[in-house]
Amino acid sequence: MNGEFKSNRYIVSDDLMRSVNIAVALKKPLLVKGEPGTGKTMLAEAISKTFGKKLYIWNIKSTTKAQEGLYTYDAVQRLYDSQFGGKGVDDIARYIKLGKLGEAFTNDEQVVLLIDEIDKADLEFPNDLLWELDKMEFYIPETRETVTARERPIVIITSNAEKELPDAFLRRCIFHYIAFPEPSAMEEIVRAHFDSLDETLLHQAMGAFYMIRNVNGIQKKPSTSELLDWLQALQIGGVDPSVLSREIPYSGVLLKKNEDMERIAPPESKTPWRRN
Amino acid sequence: MVFTSLFYHLREKGLKVSINEWLALIEALTQGLAYSSLLEFYYMSRTILVKSEADFDKFDLAFSSYFEGMLNEGEIPEELLEYLSKPIEQQDYDQAEVDARTNLEFDELRQLLEQRLREQVGAHNGGKRWIGTGGTSPLGNSGYAKTGIRVGGQGERGSALQVAGRRGFRDFREDETLGIRQFQTAFRRLRQMSARQNAEKSELDLDQTIKRTSENAGMLKLAYRSPRKNSIKLLLMFDSGGSMEPYAQICNQLFQAVSKANHFAQLKIYYFHNCPYNRIYETPACIYPESMDTQWLLDNLSSDYKVILVGDASMAMWEMRYYTGGRKSRPGDQISGLAWLKQFVRKYDNAIWFNPIPQDLWDSSKGRESIARIRQEIPMYQLSVAGIEAGIRHLIAAR
Repeated sequence: MNGEFKSNRYIVSDDLMRSVNIAVALKKPLLVKGEPGTGKTMLAEAISKTFGKKLYIWNIKSTTKAQEGLYTYDAVQRLYDSQFGGKGVDDIARYIKLGKLGEAFTNDEQVVLLIDEIDKADLEFPNDLLWELDKMEFYIPETRETVTARERPIVIITSNAEKELPDAFLRRCIFHYIAFPEPSAMEEIVRAHFDSLDETLLHQAMGAFYMIRNVNGIQKKPSTSELLDWLQALQIGGVDPSVLSREIPYSGVLLKKNEDMERIAPPESKTPWRRN
Repeated sequence: MVFTSLFYHLREKGLKVSINEWLALIEALTQGLAYSSLLEFYYMSRTILVKSEADFDKFDLAFSSYFEGMLNEGEIPEELLEYLSKPIEQQDYDQAEVDARTNLEFDELRQLLEQRLREQVGAHNGGKRWIGTGGTSPLGNSGYAKTGIRVGGQGERGSALQVAGRRGFRDFREDETLGIRQFQTAFRRLRQMSARQNAEKSELDLDQTIKRTSENAGMLKLAYRSPRKNSIKLLLMFDSGGSMEPYAQICNQLFQAVSKANHFAQLKIYYFHNCPYNRIYETPACIYPESMDTQWLLDNLSSDYKVILVGDASMAMWEMRYYTGGRKSRPGDQISGLAWLKQFVRKYDNAIWFNPIPQDLWDSSKGRESIARIRQEIPMYQLSVAGIEAGIRHLIAAR
């Protein structure tokens, strides 16, 4: 590892930088948790750029199995080949395809491996990866081969806290929680996304945005990505910034629930919540 | 070992710190990742030892209570802090000499600090003995030492104790009641995969079929597996109206969390007033046309249902012992609310009660008598994230 992690383009807080450095030094996976839209995924890109290392992204879906990250054995292709006389059917290794974890292990250089949204998968998923992430190796029974990481990858894992992660898994990670950005930090993030933005519009919109987030009882608080979308909508729609102090145009971009829309609506149109 | 007592202190304060994590922290310290600053140490130990933002607040409290006793910043005299806040430039030094002299354990450093604080008079910058700046003493700031305690001059970032004392993560505590999302997460734990219960192998296992077929030289060989489906059946009953009005919002959140979590094999949601009586209602309005016989419910929902009752359990004792619960009586009413509750508990092995009233008020609130009586019949948990987790653990525990 040469030099500590300092990012230039992506907005990384001091806290986060500290956690990244600790994770790299201790050779443990860094688990990053935070509200959606706080830039968890971009963090891995920033790290890979800063260290000049290749980035492997393993996107987790609800159907993803731990095995897929290691390797898959293409039995169908093999069966097909055997029936139609393809060459090399007896060589089982031809039908083993490495997954993202496998690829990261077999790379000659150290790489950054992002396991994105690990909480999307089944509850048992993280447990199935304990050994592999600990020892940085796995065994392929089909070929009786052990794949060992040549250079231990820097592992970044993100979670939206949709599911609780198992304790055994957590114990092996370095944990970082990205708090929702303060207005000043948010301004930086916004500026990083927009080339040109009307100053008045930015300040009025930010004010309205944090006001909405603080409204009591909002069920789905708007996040960074919604603010960015909203700003874009305001920009394209050519909304006069002074309107924002009275009403919220395009509120559907910010709020995704009917109840929340009603809550921020002006008093006369507000319908009281009923029990049935 | 470096201040092992912190490890026990954290565990005592309810943080589940394991030996592995502690060893990782020791290793990080050995690698010098804390840069001899208590603030860096605070962040480092938090990132290594604490694995949920819900525990950050607990950690902040434990951390500050541990270090406050040892290193009370208030004891550092004002005039000392004043000159320390204006550091001088780093003086030349021989690194090998300084490293050898200042390679100290934390306990030694602490003793040293206490001793210097007693003896020191006035400013001493650029030296190697006193608390100062720009020198090579292990105490002070803006100087060089292999290990040391930073005193004063923290700049805008504040000290570890200040940061920990700020308790910025109070809102994330799990014993606070939280929103619908946290409820959903808590309810995800309420699942029992039928595959684990030796269910019938009725689902075609494609991967295994292909594998076996290819191993069988292309002759088809089928493989089956047990379907992995949640086998939990849930009966959820809300107390509605009257003293429950203040908790309407939180009950609404719970309702949405449960009804959206469509991973239950069966989900029934009903309403009652105060206590289940001879009618159970289909809507929160609790009106007769939208109701059914409680006995019918008991007869028709099999005993493998898990039952959750939600209510403040606060009523007059006579309401519980009487058969109408303050509602207009109907012909045929003979069984008291308490007796109905007992019937539920008898039929369903897995039944719990969630109470939106904070647990520490159960003994002192208006409904303390009825709460105590109901708790004799059925385990009661607070309707908070931690309470739901505990309750659900009870629900899925084997009987």
